[in-house]
Amino acid sequence: MIKLSEYEKNVLAGNTGTPGDQMAMELVVESAKILGANSLIPIVSSHVDGCLYHGDSGVLYCEKLAENGTQVKIPTTTNVGALNLSKFNQTKLCKEKRDMAYRLMKAHQEMGCIPTWTCAPYQAGARPSLGQQVAWGESNAVAFTNSILGARTNRYGDFLDVACAISARAPYYGLHRSENRTAKLMLDVSNLSNKLLQEDAFFPVLGSMVGKLTGETVSVVHGLPNNVTEDQMKALCAGAASTGSVGLVHLSGLTPEAPNTLTALSGQKPQETIPITKEMVIEARNSLSTPGTHKIDCVAVGSPHFSNNECRTLLALADRKSFKVPVYICTGRHTMANLKHDGADEDLRNLGVTFVIDTCVVVTPILPKQTGILMTNSAKFAHYTEGNTGYAPVFGSLIDCVRSAQSGQLIWDNSVWN
Amino acid sequence: MELKTKSTVIIGGSATGEILYFDTPISFWGGVSVKTSKVVQKGHPQNGEATANKILVIPNLIGSSSSSAIILELIYSGLAPKAMILGNHDAIIPIGIIAAKQIGWGSIPILTLKNPDFKTGDWVTIFPNGEIRYEEP
Repeated sequence: MIKLSEYEKNVLAGNTGTPGDQMAMELVVESAKILGANSLIPIVSSHVDGCLYHGDSGVLYCEKLAENGTQVKIPTTTNVGALNLSKFNQTKLCKEKRDMAYRLMKAHQEMGCIPTWTCAPYQAGARPSLGQQVAWGESNAVAFTNSILGARTNRYGDFLDVACAISARAPYYGLHRSENRTAKLMLDVSNLSNKLLQEDAFFPVLGSMVGKLTGETVSVVHGLPNNVTEDQMKALCAGAASTGSVGLVHLSGLTPEAPNTLTALSGQKPQETIPITKEMVIEARNSLSTPGTHKIDCVAVGSPHFSNNECRTLLALADRKSFKVPVYICTGRHTMANLKHDGADEDLRNLGVTFVIDTCVVVTPILPKQTGILMTNSAKFAHYTEGNTGYAPVFGSLIDCVRSAQSGQLIWDNSVWN
Repeated sequence: MELKTKSTVIIGGSATGEILYFDTPISFWGGVSVKTSKVVQKGHPQNGEATANKILVIPNLIGSSSSSAIILELIYSGLAPKAMILGNHDAIIPIGIIAAKQIGWGSIPILTLKNPDFKTGDWVTIFPNGEIRYEEP
C-alpha cells in the first residue's frame, strides 16, 4: 500500500491545481505502485528527457498536461529536442513532423521548464548537491548527477520525468534510498599504466566497460588518479549508461560518496572484484569501431554535449589546418555563448565545423546520407550511431578525430593506449 | 485438456490472441518501429515480425527509458499489441500505457510471469485476474 500526504491526496483527487497537475500526480502515484514504492518523496529539481519527438502521441500528451497553465513546481531543465531552434532546417524532417517536434519543445517551455536543450545540464548550471533528491532523465545525466554530484535520482524516462517535475514528487525507491547506493562490485584499474589513466580517450572506453560489466548493479572504480577532469568523468558516465543500465558508479577518491573505496562499499567486501587489464581495455576500445575502415565521411563529437573546454581543445589541436570532411560539434546554448565571447565559434566554423545546437546528430536526422563512416571520441555516439543514423562508427581520441578530419583518412595513434 | 497459468497483473485487462515469443532481449526504443510495429533490432531472431495485435511474450525486456513513448505511439496509431507478458518486472512500458489510458486512447493488459513457457503461434486468453488460458487454435 502506498501512503500519500494530504497535499498529494488533494492533487490526486483534483481538489487543488489544474487537470494537468492531477494527471501528473496520477502518473507518479501509479508508477510508484508498479515500482513497489511505499511513498513519494519531494524533489528539488528535474531534468526532462521527454522533449525529444518520437511521434505525435507524446506531443498530444504533453500538450494535455500543459493545458490550463499547468506549471513545473521545481527548477526543471530540458534535454535535447529534435530541432536546432536557431536553424530549423538542419533537421531533415518533413514540415508536419518538424512542426510537431517544435510543439513538443514549446509545450515544455510553456510549463515553465528552463530551455537548456542539452544532455549536459550539469555544465549549463543545473548542479544539484550531495544528498539532494531530484528526478532526472537522460541516461548520461542520471549517471552524472548520481555519481559525480551525489544527488539522488533513478533513471526517469518519457512522461514520468515531466510528471515528477509538475508534482514535485518522485516514487521513493531505488537510488533515492541510501541503502541502495552502496557499491556491490569493484572494478580495479590500478594495474593500468599511469599514462593510460591520464588519457582522455581512456575514460569513455572505461565507461563502456563499466556498463557491460555491472549493468544495473552499483559499482566502485578503484585506482583512478586524483586529477581526473570533469569532462573525463562525463565521458565515463555516458559510456557506462549506453552499454548498461548504469545509474550510479562511484569513482574512489573522486566522487562525493566515495572518499575511498571502503566507504563506497559501506565497509563491506564487494560481491566481486574485477581487475581491469590493458587487454580488456583494448578489446573494449575495438568493440566501439567498425573493422576494416580506411576513409571517414564525417566526425561527430559532443555526446554528451561538448563543453567550452572541449571545443577549445579541438580548436587548438586543429592548429588552423582546416577539415576535409564535415566535423559536427553537438553542444548547448551555454557553450555557444562562451565561444561567441571571443569569436572561437567563428574560428571553428572557418575550419569546417558545423554546430548542432539544442539537439544532436544521433537523435534526429541531420547527417547528409543514409550510410557512411562516422568518427567520434564518444562511446555513446559509437554505441548508438549505426542503429539511429545508418552510419558505421569508428572510435578514436580527440586528436585522432582532428587528424582524420584533416586528411579524410582514418588516422589512429596507437601510442595513446600503452 | 485445458491448460491454465497464473501471472502477476501490472495493468489489468482481457485479451485473446496469438503469441509472438521473443527469443532474445529486446528494447522497444530502437527495437520496434512505431511506423510498422515490426521488430527492427538488427540481428534479432524476431526481426521483421509485426507486433501489432499479437500477445507479446518477452522473457527479457531491456528497459530503455524512451520505451514509454514508443508504446504510447503504437497505441495511438492503432498498432499496439493485444497484451504483453513480461519475464522481468518493468515500469517503463506500463508508464506508457497509463499515459494512454489517461488521455483516452485505451489500454492493454501487462502481466509478469517468471520463465514464461509459450511459443509463437500459441493462442491464449488473458483474464483480468492474471489467469492465462491456452485456447485450441
